[in-house]
Amino acid sequence: MTGEITNLMAGVMPRFEGYVYPNEAIPHPLWGFLIVLYPYITGLVAGAFIMASLVRVFQVRALEPVYRLAMLTALSFLLCATLPLLFHLGHPERCYEIMMTPHFTSPMAMFGFVYAWYLMAVLLLELWFDYRHDLVRWAKVTPGFQGFIYRAFTVGVTDESPKALALDEKLGRILSIVGIPSAFLLHGYVGFIFGSIKANPWWGNVLMPIIFILSAVVSGIALCVFVYMVLTWTRHRMVDMSCLDTMAMFLFYALVVDATVEGLDWLHRGFAAEEGFSMMQIMIREKLFYTLNLGQVAIGTLLPMLLLGSLQLLRRRVPEPVRRRMIFGSSVMILVGVLAMRWNVVIGGQLFSKSLRGVMGYKLEFAGVEGWFMGLILLSLPFIILTVLVKLFLSERLPSGGHTPHGCVEESAHWSKLTNTCPDEFRR
Amino acid sequence: MKTQFSRRGALTRLGGAIAGLLTLSAARAAKAAVQKVLVSSGAPKDYDPSKHTWLMCIDVNRCIGCGLCVEACKKENAVPEGPYFRTWIERYVIAKPEPGSGQTRGETLVDSPNGGMHGFPPSPVPKDKIEHSFFVPKLCNLCKFSPCVQVCPVGASFDAPDGAVLVDPNYCIGCGFCIQACPYGCRFLSPVTHTAEKCTLCYHRITRGLKPACVEICPTQARIFGDLKNAAPDDPLRKFYENNRVQVLKPYLGTEPRVLYAGLDKEVR
Repeated sequence: MTGEITNLMAGVMPRFEGYVYPNEAIPHPLWGFLIVLYPYITGLVAGAFIMASLVRVFQVRALEPVYRLAMLTALSFLLCATLPLLFHLGHPERCYEIMMTPHFTSPMAMFGFVYAWYLMAVLLLELWFDYRHDLVRWAKVTPGFQGFIYRAFTVGVTDESPKALALDEKLGRILSIVGIPSAFLLHGYVGFIFGSIKANPWWGNVLMPIIFILSAVVSGIALCVFVYMVLTWTRHRMVDMSCLDTMAMFLFYALVVDATVEGLDWLHRGFAAEEGFSMMQIMIREKLFYTLNLGQVAIGTLLPMLLLGSLQLLRRRVPEPVRRRMIFGSSVMILVGVLAMRWNVVIGGQLFSKSLRGVMGYKLEFAGVEGWFMGLILLSLPFIILTVLVKLFLSERLPSGGHTPHGCVEESAHWSKLTNTCPDEFRR
Repeated sequence: MKTQFSRRGALTRLGGAIAGLLTLSAARAAKAAVQKVLVSSGAPKDYDPSKHTWLMCIDVNRCIGCGLCVEACKKENAVPEGPYFRTWIERYVIAKPEPGSGQTRGETLVDSPNGGMHGFPPSPVPKDKIEHSFFVPKLCNLCKFSPCVQVCPVGASFDAPDGAVLVDPNYCIGCGFCIQACPYGCRFLSPVTHTAEKCTLCYHRITRGLKPACVEICPTQARIFGDLKNAAPDDPLRKFYENNRVQVLKPYLGTEPRVLYAGLDKEVR
């Protein structure tokens, strides 16, 4: 138990207890912190997209203010999703072989295609159809480099006729409908990478893809709550409470479903008590005591469930500022909890020998490709990209006609004037 | 600048792009299939893998744990120093049960210091307390349905037609998926080449009519190696098969290992 804490610090040599296969007695697990981040980031993408499609496909009007923000969040995380994978490869320069000469029985080989499909065919196209009209209008009123960017993103399609706009809307909606199974595919497949390893009793589990998808949805909604609240605070705007309450509601129900299925998984493992069960008990009681019981279960599941659940029952009696803090706190706890869950799956599966006779230790170092500093950089990269995207595409100076955050919609009525004579306030 | 934005135009462009992507990858896949013939396996050019079926069997009762096979393997294949092994030896020490404990046997201790390369230290269990003690040489199990080959994302791991499971070092991207998928811990990521490595049955030797280094050096003939397709009736492999009832490791995983063991115990995994 204490070993788990000390192993997180530098200077403690990895220890092996019992018998591990000689090839397993390596100083670091083969898949380290980077591979923990990979399913985490991919899950955030899938979850944020599902959250956005609540608006587009399921017509949840209350969530309109976060639609574009959720889509941009999904995009900025998706752009970074492959980086951890790439950095951990022994030969990163050969990574294109996964796409060029894929081995079709490999779950990993399919990732290139699922990723490309999701990025190119779903996310970018849907964003483009959603933004095209705004891009055309912004390009007219924005001078300089920023205007050039808007013009470039229109790809020369500047038709503003009602027929073209209706087509934009229709195609965007179709893509959103296609996007839901695609998002499930994207992250279900990540779960399958682990679930398909029958050699490892911690991973090889038919429920793994489903658990990954559900936890992805939970983490994605939590991320949207987090990003939305941070954005409104930095812009000194009021949070749209009906939007936030609706997000909290979806977050709560997603969390309940996720926790139920994960609980079912544990119940099944405990009841079946197959060959590797004694190792799993050691994992829960010793090797992963803090990250599993405290991180994943208490902080990541029970506490937010309690907070969000009480809000569902007593929403009207809780004053707005308290509600905001409760929802924000829950979202942060869920984000931490899901990261702990990815850690428990990826690292936990490598803390015991496949001989089932011994356990390994893990020391997370500061420096190095698999160190936590590198992980921190990779985790902050999507936020940096998101900041740029928000500055460009959710600018407060450029009112938009589409699904927008914090009440810019009413301004869109003025657009007929703006397109002919551009007022000074939009010229910087 | 006014461009006609039509549904047909958009769909045509989209379809064209997808078709282009698909054709490109199909073309590359075809090229890879051709390259497979020229894969770097270390075999001489005139070697025909379809005319052989190599197999190794282990007689656990004969192994004395000297560790020469591990050392020979490391030298022959330039296996890196440290916890990297293409073959290794495990020592099993099963203690007698405590009197009156109601157990059939006592605790099982397993060790393999440095893969058993320099032999083993004296047993931690006193001699008179030992019920059984034996050595088990381990190597790639040459699975018929090898999970390592199944999961390789680029097809660098492959089943050779002669039964060997090989890795193309010029093709492996070093993702480590095969190492995770091998239930027997037979693979490792080389710190030198940064690619997955494993027992090749000394492919560069067997394709030239020699025996694998571990078989060649074993003083007790605990490792029995042969070619099933060209085995004479008095071939050691045939004799081993006739004289023993055999077992494989972790049969319940459905990998159907082809490496057969005689004299295993239930404690061996």
